[in-house]
Amino acid sequence: MARALINAPAKAKRGEVIEIKTLISHIMETGFRPDSTGKPVPRDIITEFICKYNGEEIFRAELFPAIAANPFLTFFTVADETGTLNFEWIGDNGFTATESVNITVE
Amino acid sequence: MTRPAAVLFVIAVLGAAAAAADIPLAERKSGYEFMARETRAMQDDDSANPATLWVLDAETLWQRKEGSAGKSCADCHGDARTNMRGVAARYPAFNEARGRPIDLEQRVNICRTEQQRATPLAFESKELLALTAYVGQQSRGMPIDIANDAHIRPFLEAGRVMFTERQGQLNLSCAQCHDDNWGQKLAGAAIPQGHPTGYPLYRLEWQTLGSLQRRLRNCLFGMRAVSYPYGASELVDLELYLMWRARGMPVETPAVRP
Ligand code: HEC
Ligand code: HEC
Repeated sequence: MARALINAPAKAKRGEVIEIKTLISHIMETGFRPDSTGKPVPRDIITEFICKYNGEEIFRAELFPAIAANPFLTFFTVADETGTLNFEWIGDNGFTATESVNITVE
Repeated sequence: MTRPAAVLFVIAVLGAAAAAADIPLAERKSGYEFMARETRAMQDDDSANPATLWVLDAETLWQRKEGSAGKSCADCHGDARTNMRGVAARYPAFNEARGRPIDLEQRVNICRTEQQRATPLAFESKELLALTAYVGQQSRGMPIDIANDAHIRPFLEAGRVMFTERQGQLNLSCAQCHDDNWGQKLAGAAIPQGHPTGYPLYRLEWQTLGSLQRRLRNCLFGMRAVSYPYGASELVDLELYLMWRARGMPVETPAVRP
């Protein structure tokens, strides 16, 4: 599976705005580049990213060919309860990757 | 014959070229200092630096038994975080058996073939980049420390000649850009001093991690000079000279560059 890296605080105060940073390894092949024989290299990109906080969707992004390899997405949320952040990436050729981290809210 | 516009452009940039002289330590600047704020931020935060993905892969590779000897890097070298500390800061280093300096990529491949009895990893392969980035990271912040002894000196001298003498169809030397005209612009890009402090590094233009030899071949190609195949002794001598020229500067591996 693709290597992913999540940077989110393990602990936060109730009501605190927290930053979540996500990085995943993916070539993000645009589909517009020719190979050495002149044939286009087929598109192979991540198309969707979803983050859920205790099951509730808090962030979603659509990705397109113009996005660089190894997409790095960061976003903010309000820490309101202890629980789990789940991350999911979906892409071409049946690509899926998941990751999760726990957060303690005091 | 009409000359390509690039030639005229380069000559204009290099018009005031002075004699090549070593840059004193106090004035040495890493390529980092010429980067935009956003690109620096990527290097400053491991969780934003895509090179971290390779380093994480290497933590697994380090433990994996390979080859007919069935040994992992860890079986002989233990914990990389303690036992590989400072190693990359003194490569390329003289290798007795070969009678010449070898770079870190070659050192890892010698362990692959002679110690693990496995096939060598290809230059610029994901695995070789990962292992050299991982070994390199253990020297982060440590000063580059190249031995300058009787063994090394002839190779260092060969690297210096390669750096200072004009070559290629544009009749340029590395020193004309990196000693005499650093801080100026070449097309949109700032000309850095050309210090090899961060390799292998994640280059945004490459969209991937790449070795110092890949970078050198890029500059040689731009000069319309012979770019030499990966692993060529000419490239290792040049790496050696560049590391010596950057002596005392901190290792940044794995860095980010535009
Ligand atoms: C015409 C000017 C020019 C010449 C000649 C040239 N370079 Fe470069 N070099 C550059 C530029 C510009 C960059 C930065 C590229 C960028 O940021 O896109 C660079 C980057 C580098 C870097 C990367 C530094 C870092 O921070 O990672 C190294 C190392 C380097 N050059 C070495 C060399 C060597 C060795 C030669 C001779 C074989 C050479 N260059 C010849 C313009 C030149
Ligand atoms: C069977 C034991 C063995 C295995 C397995 C092994 N090595 Fe080594 N390695 C050595 C020995 C012995 C040396 C020192 C050789 C010398 O000094 O000439 C060495 C030297 C090195 C050095 C240079 C250290 C220095 O101080 O200059 C590096 C880097 C290195 N190995 C990396 C690796 C990596 C990466 C792997 C896994 C792909 C690996 N080695 C697997 C035995 C091993």
